[in-house]
Amino acid sequence: MNLRELVDKLNLQVVCGEDKLDVDVPGVYVSDMLSDVMANAAPGALWITLQVHQNIIAVATLRELAAIVCVRGRQPEADTIEKAMAEGVCLLTTDKTTFEFAGLLWELGLRP
Amino acid sequence: MSGRGEQKLFEFICDLHLHTCLSPCGSLGASPRGQMLAAAARGIDMVAICDHNTADNVDACRRAAVDTGMVVLAGMEVCSAEEVHSLAIMPDVEAALSLQEVIWANLPGHNDPDVFGMQVVADHEDNVLGFCDRLLIGATQLGLPAVAREVRDRGGLLIAAHVDREGYGVIAQLGFVPRDTYDALEVSARGDVGMYRDEAERLGVPLLRNSDAHDPDDVGRVTTRIRMAHRTFDELKMALRGEAGREVIQD
Repeated sequence: MNLRELVDKLNLQVVCGEDKLDVDVPGVYVSDMLSDVMANAAPGALWITLQVHQNIIAVATLRELAAIVCVRGRQPEADTIEKAMAEGVCLLTTDKTTFEFAGLLWELGLRP
Repeated sequence: MSGRGEQKLFEFICDLHLHTCLSPCGSLGASPRGQMLAAAARGIDMVAICDHNTADNVDACRRAAVDTGMVVLAGMEVCSAEEVHSLAIMPDVEAALSLQEVIWANLPGHNDPDVFGMQVVADHEDNVLGFCDRLLIGATQLGLPAVAREVRDRGGLLIAAHVDREGYGVIAQLGFVPRDTYDALEVSARGDVGMYRDEAERLGVPLLRNSDAHDPDDVGRVTTRIRMAHRTFDELKMALRGEAGREVIQD
């Protein structure tokens, strides 16, 4: 599914990276442990997490992730946004919990 | 009868959390020499070198500081499996390198220099000796209790790094500070020390403020005053425990 389509369908807030939305999302990874994402997320995946500190940007860059979705209405820190803009990482947010959001993605047909 | 308690004590300015260019996300300007000269210039009496998951630049820092009169302690910022950062301050370089061996035996992955920097091993004169290939930014496979055990078995001290921070802080990662694990809690340069006084008191440990400097400009941006007879590891240990008049001065 196209990321822009996903943003529209699920009402995600685009914090930054508006220009990064025209990509296909091949898969999704859910984790709040950065070392886990570094080891196991597939390139191009959409990463769902409640972590909002700046270290998430380096991880997204390392694994070439499509975007980071911060859940439960958590807002990325100022440092995080600054780094995201510098590195060209797309940051999105949702009010939904991790479980709910993952469930919605699954219903839309997204798979690991 | 006179005892240790009657020794003359002095206040020393300490920054017990410094990185070098070996740490991921470290600035190339943060060579052992660069960091040590910056610390000495700022009047710091004692530092601890705490690179991420390694102690390979500690000896170079020691040599670089020789003419400054500043004391350099051997340390490491260990990332446990729970992604909690802890500062291990060791009795000497040998103990730190021994700790490094067990950390590295449990640290998977290889570095990506484009994302995490070159991880430079350097000597005391700014010569590049090599690059660390390990994923020093990563988490070890050792849980926090295991990390604490490995540090204690080697006679080291364990300090909860930047407890105020969301990223890799023990409170953020675990939701609480585990008992009987830490000798001190560190609050970062941006943190509000007052918020952690009750917790530190409950745990019976002091609060430290250290720079966590990855760059010479940040060295000594916050420091801790510690009352000791001499600037040694053993005196620091006594100060963290509040023994024989040695203490960490809490502002």
